[in-house]
Amino acid sequence: MIQVFSFYLFAALTILSAVFVIMSRNPVHSVLWLIMAFFNAAGLMVLVGAEFIAMLLVIVYVGAVAVLFLFVVMMLDIDFAELRAGFVKNFPLGLAIALVLLAELVFGIGAYSAGALEMGHAAAAASPQIDGASNIESIGAVLYGKYLFLFESAGIILLVAMVGAIVLTHRERKDTRGQNIGRQIRRRPQDATVNVRPEVGKGVQL
Amino acid sequence: MDFSASLSLVAPEIVLSLGGLLLLLCAAWMGDRASRAISIASVIIIGAAAALTIPVLCGGAMGAGTLAFGGQMRVDAFAAFAKLLIYISGATCLMVAPRFFDRWGAMRAEYPVLVLFAVLGMGIMVSAGDLLTLYIGLEMNSLAAYVLAAFLRTDGRSAEAGLKYFVLGALASGILLYGMSLTYGFTGSTSFDVIRVALAGDISTGALIGLVFVLAGLAFKISAVPFHMWTPDVYEGSPTPVTMFFATAPKVAAMALTMRVALDAFGLQVDAWRQIVVFVSLASIVIGALGAIGQDNIKRLLAFSSINNVGFILVGLAAATPEGASAMLVYLAIYVAMSVGSFVAVLMLRDANGDYVESISDLAGLSRTKPLIAWCLLLIMLSLAGIPPLFGFWGKLVVFQAAVNAGMIAIAAVAIAASVIGAFYYLKVGKVMFFDEPVDKVTGDNDWAHWALLIVSTAFISPLGYLLTGWLSELADKAATALFLVA
Repeated sequence: MIQVFSFYLFAALTILSAVFVIMSRNPVHSVLWLIMAFFNAAGLMVLVGAEFIAMLLVIVYVGAVAVLFLFVVMMLDIDFAELRAGFVKNFPLGLAIALVLLAELVFGIGAYSAGALEMGHAAAAASPQIDGASNIESIGAVLYGKYLFLFESAGIILLVAMVGAIVLTHRERKDTRGQNIGRQIRRRPQDATVNVRPEVGKGVQL
Repeated sequence: MDFSASLSLVAPEIVLSLGGLLLLLCAAWMGDRASRAISIASVIIIGAAAALTIPVLCGGAMGAGTLAFGGQMRVDAFAAFAKLLIYISGATCLMVAPRFFDRWGAMRAEYPVLVLFAVLGMGIMVSAGDLLTLYIGLEMNSLAAYVLAAFLRTDGRSAEAGLKYFVLGALASGILLYGMSLTYGFTGSTSFDVIRVALAGDISTGALIGLVFVLAGLAFKISAVPFHMWTPDVYEGSPTPVTMFFATAPKVAAMALTMRVALDAFGLQVDAWRQIVVFVSLASIVIGALGAIGQDNIKRLLAFSSINNVGFILVGLAAATPEGASAMLVYLAIYVAMSVGSFVAVLMLRDANGDYVESISDLAGLSRTKPLIAWCLLLIMLSLAGIPPLFGFWGKLVVFQAAVNAGMIAIAAVAIAASVIGAFYYLKVGKVMFFDEPVDKVTGDNDWAHWALLIVSTAFISPLGYLLTGWLSELADKAATALFLVA
């Protein structure tokens, strides 16, 4: 029972946050709603017994991607004084979201300890789960065994994306001075300093 | 099947990826000065991969011995046929690129490397035996293609083409993924074999929606109507060698993939997708022909021409028979030759400063200033229109024959009628080149590589090509048999 209830809670909040992501006028708020949506999606994953994916969602999406988004959004021209002025006004909303997250945490843990949600699935689907092994071990066994070829190919896709990003944005600039470590190390004190004895009233020739 | 046997089956992919990685290192250390050498090395690597693929096609490999990695890759004669076409297009696109990019000083060492990875991705696409393989190959090809489209980054049109292609391509990937997830949900597997068996009998609504979304995503990749809107802009804006690449290799790959998905994974639900394919095919033929009429830019014209040709190829898919599949492969081979020829001809249209001429009205009187180019271009245009003595006619003939033999006479009749509309704008280009007053715009010289490519592709589509019909049909039949054996 608690699983079904939590499912609808998480699902409804995921959709609601996703709607707010595209509805809110302030891009920073959009990103914050996106984080909320990720959290709820992670809750859904916990419900179906995929703890590893839930953790990935929180660590990778909330921890890295969303923060990256936030940085990008903050580079846009946004008036932060105006943003902070809304703190008192938005405080009740923030408090409400915090309470909702707390309630979700309680429901999520409760539902998880009550066992995974039973979902309808086709009879043909054989679970690759290894008996007695954790989620992570099973995923690792499948990823580096059965799907090794695709896993390596996915690596090449990432390489292509990286090369592409560099090709399209990198340019050689003539006006910058790069660091030449070899030259720095070769430099000796006696080459770099000279002892001069300036005559009185003449000044120093540099 | 053990692991080393799987690895030996995907030897061409291993050669391409290791070669690509090695050349990437060369590009990183030697810089753009080495870009010509890296281009030549890339062509050699593609040649090596092709050499490994030819025996698979000639031997007509099929059945259980062609399954690698538990059926995720299917290295049969069908995949080999498509791969060889892809390798040929990839290699020609590398050969014409350095001179084009040197014009802007934009030849970068990463260009051949990206082409190599795109070719690798397409090789994985056409060998897909699993939805995951399909997606991985598709994305590898697409990501490289987005970058290639925007490769002339100082040129606004090129950047626009890259961005447009990226945004719409991402949307198409999303549609495809959604369809794949529905298919997986309703069949319980991503493997084509299991999906095929699970979809036997009455199809559930969810699986039907999945099928429609998967086909819609693939229709975007082959730029079939109603998912064709990006094609003219991307073809016009991309650097011409890249446009040539887009018009040939990804088309072949996506078309072969569509055949594999429709005839294999959804092979027991032909009635469910046949009406979609018929609609897409006829709409592509008509809109491709009508859209081309008002164009003055020759690259845009060729973009609409490619949409039109995709429509004709899909007529063969609607037949859903081994004969239809074989006809599609024959048409694809001829189409690749025609596209390569037409884009090489476009690359040879340079004015006195060495700038590229793309406007059709500037071609006026080309027959008097550059008679050989004009004649080659005319023959290619007539072949694209499917006028009988030329080889383009053969492709259309086999496709229509397959459709008629499958009892789809009405569709073949409509397609033939619509091909008459298409003939109009191909003939218009001929009229401008041969009967208008010369404007003397195209005066630049060309090197031997371009001439060789132009002459070879023109010879292939000329009536001389009919000498190859027996050989080409035999290979295409082998490939189609391999496709239908699993199916």
